[in-house]
Formats: sequence, C-alpha cells, structure tokens
Amino acid sequence: MGEHLHKAVQALQERFNATVSEFRDEVSVFLLPDQIVEACKALRDEFEFEMLEDETAVDYWPEETPRFHIVYHIYSYKHNERICLRVPLNGNSPSIPTIEGVYPNANWYEREVWDMFGIHYEGHSDLRRILMPHDWEGHPLRKDYPLGHEEIMFSFNFDEINARKRYATE
Amino acid sequence: MPQINTHIDESMLDGFTRLVTQEAIEGKTMLLNMGPQHPSTHGVLRLLLELDGEFVVNVIPDIGFLHTGVEKHMEYKTFEKAVVMTDRLDYLNNIGNNLVYCLAVEKLVDLDVPPRAQAIRVILTELQRIASHLVWLGTHALDLAAMSVFLYCFREREMILDIMEMCSGQRMMTSYFRPGGLWRDVPVEFEDAVRQFLRIFPARIDEYEALLTKNPLFIERTKHIGVLSAEDAMRWGVTGPSLRASGIAHDLRKVRPYSGYEQYDFDIPTHTDGDTYARYLVRMEEMRQSVRIVQQALDKLPYGPTRSNNRKFVPPPRSELGHSMEAVIHHFKLFTEGFPAPKGAVYVAVESPRGELGVYLEGDGGPKPYRIHWRTPSFANLQVLKLLAKGHLVADLVALIGTIDIVLGDVDR
Repeated sequence: MGEHLHKAVQALQERFNATVSEFRDEVSVFLLPDQIVEACKALRDEFEFEMLEDETAVDYWPEETPRFHIVYHIYSYKHNERICLRVPLNGNSPSIPTIEGVYPNANWYEREVWDMFGIHYEGHSDLRRILMPHDWEGHPLRKDYPLGHEEIMFSFNFDEINARKRYATE
Repeated sequence: MPQINTHIDESMLDGFTRLVTQEAIEGKTMLLNMGPQHPSTHGVLRLLLELDGEFVVNVIPDIGFLHTGVEKHMEYKTFEKAVVMTDRLDYLNNIGNNLVYCLAVEKLVDLDVPPRAQAIRVILTELQRIASHLVWLGTHALDLAAMSVFLYCFREREMILDIMEMCSGQRMMTSYFRPGGLWRDVPVEFEDAVRQFLRIFPARIDEYEALLTKNPLFIERTKHIGVLSAEDAMRWGVTGPSLRASGIAHDLRKVRPYSGYEQYDFDIPTHTDGDTYARYLVRMEEMRQSVRIVQQALDKLPYGPTRSNNRKFVPPPRSELGHSMEAVIHHFKLFTEGFPAPKGAVYVAVESPRGELGVYLEGDGGPKPYRIHWRTPSFANLQVLKLLAKGHLVADLVALIGTIDIVLGDVDR
C-alpha cells in the first residue's frame, strides 16, 4: 500500500468507522450506504482521487444479509493510486444514494447496475434501463435469474415440457 | 387480423419528455432519430438528437442493441473456457481483451507467466493496437469523406491480421492468450512476418499523414470541433488517446506496467488542444510508438517455454500423457473441472487502444468466475458525446462519433 493510499484509508477508517481488507495488494474499504456520498466527496476533494473508474455490483444470493455488494473503484491520477470501496446491501430490493453529484460519470454505471441487479439509486437523475429493452422483466445478472436455455424434450417428458413451453403466437 | 396496439405507456411518455427540453415539446426544436442502422454510428448505436436548425441542442444515446450478456455467460464457464467470450467484446482489440482477462485470472490465482510468453503478448498487443487504430483512421476519414485513406489503412491491417492468423489460426477471434501464457509458441515464420511489417509500416504512416495532416478540408472538419478540457475528461472518466489529447500524460503501460512494459522505451504522445484534430495527432503518434515497442520486444525476444509449468493450472503437453499417470490426472481434472480460484476479488486494468480496459474478477473457491465485470473504455467514453456535441452541426457529430472511437461490442457487452 502506497503512502498516500494509506493516509486516505486511515482517514476513511477514522471518519466512518470503516473496516478494511486487503487481497493481492488491493485495498477494499467497507462502508455503509448512507456514508458513500460523504466518503466519495472526501476522497475527491481531500485526497485527489479524481476519477471514478468503475462501479458495479455483486450478488451473493441466497444470502440475504448482505445480499449485494456495490463495488466502486476510484483512481487518483496525481498519486497513481486505486482504492476500492464496497457497500454491502441487505434484502432483495435495496436502495443506495447515488454518487452522481460527486462523479458525474456514475450516471451510466448506476443505470447499468439498476438494469442488471435491480438496485435502486436514490436521487439519480435518469434511472432507466440501459442495456436491456425498456420493457424487460427481471434483472439478468442476479444469481437467481437463470441463464436460459431450451429444455431438451424426450419421449417421457414431451407432454410436460410442451405444456409450459412458450410458442410464438400471432 | 391482429389488433394494432394504440395504447401508449404513460411511464414511457413521461420518461421521454423528461429527457428533452421544453422547446422540443412545444415544437420549436426538432427531434431526429439517428441510427441504430446508420453507417456513421460505427455499429448499432441509436442517437436521439434534438436539433435547432442544423445545430445539435442535445444528444440522447440509446445503447444496448448489441448486448449479448457476456458477463452472465462467463459466470457459467470455467476460467479457461471463458477466454473465447473475451474476443467478442471489443472485436477490434481481441488480443487486448485476452490479455486483460488472463492477467486478472493470473493475479487471482497467483500464477506466473514465462518471459517469452510476456514478450510475445506485448508484440501481439501492440500490433493489435496498430490494427485497431488503422480501422479507426480509415472509418474516421471515411466519415469525413476521404475515401482513399480507408483503402490504404485496410491494406496494412490485413498484414497484421495475417500475423494473427499465423499464430492462432484465426484472423480476429484469436483466443490466443491463456491463463499462464499462450496457447502455443509462435510459428517460425512469425519473426520474419513481423519484421517485414515493421520495415514498411513507418513509411506508410507518413503516407496517411500526407493525405490528412495538412489537408485543408480535413483540418476544417476537425480543428476546434468537440473540445474536451482536461477537467471534463477526468470528471467524466475519459481515458486513452482522448484523455492524452486533452493534455494529461496518462498511460497505464507507463504508470502501472504489466507484462513487462517497463523494459521498453517509448513516449506518451500528448496534445493540449483537446479537439478532434488533437486526438487524430495523438493516435497517429501512438502508432509510431507501438512500432518502437514491437521492434524492441522482437530484438530481445527470449527463448524458453510459452506457458507456465504449474500443472495445477496449466494442462501438461501432449507428449507427457503417454508415459505419466500424473499428467493424465492433471489433464483430466483441468478439462473436466477446471482449476479453482480462491475467495477474493481483483481489479486489473490495461491500456487498450480506446482507453482503460478493466476487469473486475471475483472468485468463490470454485472453478468458475463468481462475478466478472468489464470496465470497457467505449462505454465510459461514449458518455461525453453529449458534452462534445452541444452546439455543433449534425455533420460534425459524425466526426465526433469517429473521434471517440467506440466499438459497439465494447459498449454493450
């Protein structure tokens, strides 16, 4: 861990009572949903982490507490450091404040997370589906969403599958 | 007869009116649909334009037409099998996609790569960067009505694709890099083919520049068009040549070297204007730097194995299977079950021709990625189109889509 990153992580630990984990020289800071905007502001304004590199989510279904983790990767051009923030979220339809006000490019990343995981962002300016069609049902990257395939029909289960199979209608 | 549905979804209408200005609803400005089938959107990108006469007031991009669920599919494949999915993301930079995925897996399971494999990775990645820039240059010039540049560019790109085919058997969907090294060593003709390319290519870059750099029509269409300031580029997460053309000398090959880039001597071209012309100049210079890197890597290409010797992750060579029971066991385990990855998450980023290409990879102890997320440069860079296009002509919008160099497979994943 670089010196600058160490200072930033320490500040987050003190201010937000956050826990820190390290894996393969990558630092992750665990925060609560209502702390994320403040933490991003502190990182951008005080520690010169200028760019939000990536924002995504992970689904730990069937676990419920927490079911999701939101993962932020924030990068500092000046110090060449990368920090990872993780926010655990409980329940099946959680919500979290948007960080669009701090990093404007979070807009599309958050739309993607909403589209793929069904996590609601409070205060987002334009929370629509981004990759899937606007009338799609479900959130495909959730672990309880099946990959989808054609069931193989044999003579012993033909009628059973045929009854529930959706055929194209007029 | 099927009944025509005339019902308009209320929520949809609300969503639509929220996106455009009041003038558009009153009819003072015009709404125009550009794409998804439009030659200058470089794929299937739909843009909803709000126009005041011929000037762009607002651009609302609509993406997802090429969404194939790559991330979901990769969760159902073992680490080794998932390599083929990576080619299909950014189809102009498939070697770079192979590279970042392999680096992520290697970091997750802590696997070493032999020096020869690393050097060949660098050579092929840089050749692919040139090929990708050639497609960009050809189509960008074509959008600005310079037809012949396209033909010249594709002539040289063909040579690179031949080298790719020589190594992997495929021109575009190579899947040549595997966790732990390469699929196999390069053929004997490889070195001659690359040297032949290096011999003729620098003069060919001068040829393209002679066609465009001082061409008054090209300058008219690109200078002061779509100016992106350094602050905006950082705030909006723009990376790659677009960022460097705005005056920030940031290149992941230099600041966070991977695959042995620290051994090679090269410059980071930058420009301060931040307009379409500056981005053009930066990319042209990048091709020259790539030639330099390939030259150096080829000159000191070490001999040795091209895949790690760690049998827990890399299958044994065919020759061992005949006389070693252990090799048979490893072979069987790796091809039926795959290798397990520890619980934990890594983020690896490389410099692709379009910018920072990142992979977030999470393992759960099993042989498949628990979660893989692609931070693709095209997706991040396309967001600034709105910012760049405001106040420009529709004809300039075509130049702007070309200059941010998007690949729709990369945007939609």
